[in-house]
Amino acid sequence: MSANTQIDALVDRSYQHGFVTDIESDTLPPGLDEDVVRAISARKREPQFLLDFRLRALAHWRKQKEPHWAQLHYPPIDYNAISYYSAPVVRNDAPKSLDEVDPKLLATYAKLGVPLHERARLAGVAVDAVFDSVSVATTFKERLAKAGVIFCPFSEAVQNHPALVERYLGSVVPYTDNFYATLNSAVFTDGSFVYIPPGVRCPMELSTYFRINAAKTGQFERTLIVADAGSHVSYLEGCTAPMRDENQLHAAVVELVALDDAEIKYSTVQNWYPGDAEGRGGIYNFVTKRGECRGRNSRISWTQVETGSAITWKYPSCVLRGENSVGKFYSVALANNHQQADTGTKMIHIGANSRSTIVSKGISAGHGQNAYRGLVKILPSATGARNFTQCDSLLMGSECGAHTFPYIETRNPSATVEHEASTSRISEEQLFYCLQRGLDAEDAVNMIVSGFCREVFKELPMEFAVEAQNLLAVSLEGAVG
Amino acid sequence: MSLLEISDLHASVAGQPVLRGITLAVEAGEVHAIMGPNGSGKSTLAHVLAGRPGYEVTAGQVRFDGQPLLSLAPEERARAGLFLGFQYPVEIPGVNNAYLLRAALNAQRRQRGLPEIDAFDFLKLVKQRMQTMQIDESFLSRGVNEGFSGGEKKRNEILQMLVLEPKLALLDETDSGLDIDALKVVARGVNTLRSPERAIVLVTHYQRLLDHIVPDRVHVLARGRILRSGDRELALELERRGYDWILEQAAA
Repeated sequence: MSANTQIDALVDRSYQHGFVTDIESDTLPPGLDEDVVRAISARKREPQFLLDFRLRALAHWRKQKEPHWAQLHYPPIDYNAISYYSAPVVRNDAPKSLDEVDPKLLATYAKLGVPLHERARLAGVAVDAVFDSVSVATTFKERLAKAGVIFCPFSEAVQNHPALVERYLGSVVPYTDNFYATLNSAVFTDGSFVYIPPGVRCPMELSTYFRINAAKTGQFERTLIVADAGSHVSYLEGCTAPMRDENQLHAAVVELVALDDAEIKYSTVQNWYPGDAEGRGGIYNFVTKRGECRGRNSRISWTQVETGSAITWKYPSCVLRGENSVGKFYSVALANNHQQADTGTKMIHIGANSRSTIVSKGISAGHGQNAYRGLVKILPSATGARNFTQCDSLLMGSECGAHTFPYIETRNPSATVEHEASTSRISEEQLFYCLQRGLDAEDAVNMIVSGFCREVFKELPMEFAVEAQNLLAVSLEGAVG
Repeated sequence: MSLLEISDLHASVAGQPVLRGITLAVEAGEVHAIMGPNGSGKSTLAHVLAGRPGYEVTAGQVRFDGQPLLSLAPEERARAGLFLGFQYPVEIPGVNNAYLLRAALNAQRRQRGLPEIDAFDFLKLVKQRMQTMQIDESFLSRGVNEGFSGGEKKRNEILQMLVLEPKLALLDETDSGLDIDALKVVARGVNTLRSPERAIVLVTHYQRLLDHIVPDRVHVLARGRILRSGDRELALELERRGYDWILEQAAA
């Protein structure tokens, strides 16, 4: 059997996390108008400023057209066929502890390998679990509270810390930003909120497991992380979703704000249902993630491992406003079967001596199409700015594609911008070399792919790095033989 | 019964016949050298035995350790104890040497019903072998052959062989590109593996390797056939006279 056939075979593997949990849902009928927005806001007992924000966003969204510049192909989305709110029905309001959480829900997490109470404690990770649209469990609050860290569901922050929310919401991603961010601004249901007070180093990694559940419910999370002066936080986001037939729209917004000398590390492992081998079903993931290094010497890094979704449209970006601020983007994106990924980053240099690093690793297999799209923009004020970009593509099999769209705009002559790119295949020689040492082909390919991704994996917190490696193996497995 | 028995082996690469009837028996405990001019099929023979894709066996049989070899997948051959030392070892960026080697050793141990070797024992084993091969410890965390010099790559091949302890080692021009000091280190490594239950087949152009690894048998492979076999004297004669006289005799 030739190396290519082996690699093609490797690529068959069904989704392991496919199942639907049967929990009663309180769901709004499909469709989007002002009444729906008001209903969402009312159900969440939101203050006026937030309702106004939503309504302005809705009005703006109605004037917008869905963008189609990305290297993505999919049937039209009927935004009126989507239900914009779905909450698990909770007895006696919100659960006060894990004991009060629906056991089925806990079982769901167990199936996903996320035993909330055990592993979270052992690993020292606080988990703010988002199940559909309402957060149902939050742990480690006390320890975080002692440090002054606020880590809670977004809707809770709206109730308890409205001034912080009002001050920072939309300050990085304005409601007018883009079609999907605008939609999110109108209808977002929940998400996470983090505030790290000045000088505080968050005592643990903050982690959220998102999961899409109720059928036909678009997911519109909103995450806002603010690191005040001199603070430090590492945030982990991991996703899995149940298998189903219809396409599900997901349009999240994540905003990060780093003030003077603050640092935010944001890591994502994304494993949403990618659709079946023919590309049916699967999640459409249109996400806006942006961080602003607002203060001097502030740092934001995005690390992402994207293995899921039918469509990925995602450009975690950094606005480097502060002097000497640093933005980093490390990405592994896998497109297998009929998956399409158009992902990359934007580094906007405004502050003097701001620096950015981009390391993008794209893996294409099966009929997968993987595009890197990146913008490095140096504004006139960014004297001495530097960027280094490295963009590598790995092709497995002959039906897939890799595309690179680097945009560089430099408006300050003192800036240094470097771009390196490579495209390679897993060579027959590499594979044969490993086989000759006794490895089976599947292990060999996983090993070669992991090696290819190493620069990105080493940026992940250790526990997450192992998970990411396993996920990649799972996503490529099934094939050689 | 020989450890390796090749009977009338024919093989093609890209539709072109390269091996045209090789018959050869290698006994356990022996070292054989296969010599011959460029393009004679020496490397092809080694790769066919290892099961490289694209090398098509068109006729003949091979038995290894009493079992038919040619129906086995490359990894099965490796786990059965057949090792190929590559002439041009490939680089695998980002995968460290220790990781590959331990995965390989454990894959082979599983096949033999042995428990996986733990990290501590593995490290002890590999460090000891590294000493034999005069390889620096920093090597363990470097990428497989990544940025290695030609000599480092060859030493790495022998190190892997010493860790995996194969029954049969096929060493494809392991001496090419080595200076005399490196050649001695490589030869010492190979000699370490010599034992009554193992065999080594050296594919080489040059006699000089055989000064350090003394073969029991020497074969001249040319035009896809073994034209002459002898003991180590044959290698010395080849060095004096070249290959032409053998080719002429064969043509006559």
